Amino acid sequence: MNNTPILQGRDLQVRRGGRLILDVSSLDIAAGEVLSVIGPNGAGKTTLLQALAGLLRLERGEISFAGEKVGTDIAPLVYRRQLAMVFQEALLFDATVYANVAAGLRLRGTAAGETKKIVAARLEQFGIGHLHDRSAKTLSGGEAQRTSLARAFAVKPQILFLDEPFAALDPPTREALIDDLGRILRESGTTAVMATHDQGEALRLSDRIAVMQDGRIAQLGTPMAVMNHPANESVAAFVGVETILAGRVVKYERGTVTVAVAVPGGRGEMPAAPGTEPPAGGGPRYDAAAIFPGIDGREATASPAAAVLEAAGEVREGEQVLCCIRPEHVTITPGLHPSRTSARNAFPGVIDRIIPAGPFYKLHVRGGLPLTAYITVQSLEELGLREGGAVTASFKATAVHLLRRG
Amino acid sequence: MEIILAGIRQALSLLVSFDPEVMAITWLSLKVSGTATLISLFIGIGIGTAVALTSFPGRQIVVSLINTGMALPPVVVGLFVTVFLWRNGPFGYLEILYTPTAIIIAQAIIATPIVMGITLAAMQQLPRKLRLQILALGATRFQMVLLLIKEAKLSLMAAVMAGFGGVISEVGASIMVGGNIKGYTRVLTTATVMETSKGNFDLAMALGLILLLFAFAINLVLTKIQQRERPR
Repeated sequence: MNNTPILQGRDLQVRRGGRLILDVSSLDIAAGEVLSVIGPNGAGKTTLLQALAGLLRLERGEISFAGEKVGTDIAPLVYRRQLAMVFQEALLFDATVYANVAAGLRLRGTAAGETKKIVAARLEQFGIGHLHDRSAKTLSGGEAQRTSLARAFAVKPQILFLDEPFAALDPPTREALIDDLGRILRESGTTAVMATHDQGEALRLSDRIAVMQDGRIAQLGTPMAVMNHPANESVAAFVGVETILAGRVVKYERGTVTVAVAVPGGRGEMPAAPGTEPPAGGGPRYDAAAIFPGIDGREATASPAAAVLEAAGEVREGEQVLCCIRPEHVTITPGLHPSRTSARNAFPGVIDRIIPAGPFYKLHVRGGLPLTAYITVQSLEELGLREGGAVTASFKATAVHLLRRG
Repeated sequence: MEIILAGIRQALSLLVSFDPEVMAITWLSLKVSGTATLISLFIGIGIGTAVALTSFPGRQIVVSLINTGMALPPVVVGLFVTVFLWRNGPFGYLEILYTPTAIIIAQAIIATPIVMGITLAAMQQLPRKLRLQILALGATRFQMVLLLIKEAKLSLMAAVMAGFGGVISEVGASIMVGGNIKGYTRVLTTATVMETSKGNFDLAMALGLILLLFAFAINLVLTKIQQRERPR
């Protein structure tokens, strides 16, 4: 792989209606890399893609393709002919599937024979060879998006931009298309930049993930880094960290951190079932007001009690932190037996709510520590879990990601 | 009732026998209105597309003017064209008043805003992202405009039909600037008006039937266009 990034964006700024909607100081994309841009609606994902693709007027900034500045070293048209873009809507022309897939080649003046060969190969690659002569207006959503992808790949793009390409598809169609696209991207080694609000898609397809917030890249890293070590509270919330607790480091010893966290509802709601034991990670429970003399009234009022948990990280004693715990890292066992788990953190509690979430159930547990966990449908039934039932929620110290608070 | 039936019978016989006068008037009408429509297509599609794809100060006013122009009264157009082409008028030296050219000019002025307005609406109805999609496919700006026009072809056909339908059936401007000169500037509408006033209902009806035939054909095409679905 060449060391020069295939695509570089520097100081990219786009303003609309007087408001800065894109402000990205630096972004490098390596050849063959698949980068997903995730973020909530209006975060600037689409704007970033269109800016990088040279389809937007930049207020300032520059884009370089393979080290050459677009508009200076290479003409915008030459650059645009190195890329392809697929949108959420298939945006097909009112013509046959063949004519649609051939469109980019025809614009480049590719010879008819060559075009025919390439189009046939692309149609087969996306499993739509049988639709060759069909009018684009008669296609289903999935077929239309496959046609759009085949049209994009027909021009052998150096960079493929995908703007929420699966968002309008039903789940089975989406799943099949994500699998196919992932395979084709790997086989062809095409560099791709994909905007999506679906973390699942990003995780499945990407080498790196950029999280956008208010027009800026809040975090850029590997999927695991972004998911498990979000850069700030907003990123954490967006990437699916369900439990974010404010706390203070009360002890630090060689990477092991003891954090006292405010517990909304706190001690008063602890289930008084037989066998209740103090949290494994914690020893004595603290009074919130004593631990957080400096915290504001809202937190103090909402936290009549505090719990302690163990985490792993590099922080200092006395530091204010946020403890981020992903639901998939929380294990639920029925009954109030925190000592039976090997995890460093185990909190007895009661199931507050059970919410269906596709193949999983999402469990909200309150009591020792407000936690959210995922559990499979089968486990829920086997363990006989129900709302109001006593459980122990446990997680490893390494499952806690600590964020420093301003 | 008798007069109507006799008129229709006579009209049909004039049509099936390809009466030279009726054919000459029909041919001139098609030529004049066809040419006017063609001119209006070049100007209307060009300006309509340009206004649809660009933003500039005062665009709203231009769009309002185009929409107003779609309902331009033919007699007003006839009046102004007459004044401009009048012997002492600014273009009097061209000496084209009371010629088919004058009718073509008047009809083109009537049809152009119609074509322009429909083009504008058609272009604005295309998905906004289609422009970006076409550019991302590697199109030059010119190729993009051509592809957009091609994509809006159904609506643009409606523009052609509406423009042609508007001018083939108008009478005010044609009679004012053409003068209804037999064998020279007499078109279907002006001839129908004159033959009716003379009491020659059979000839008037024959001409009227041809006009109806055009109206029917135009509506047939328009209905077909409207009933087509857009692709995804």
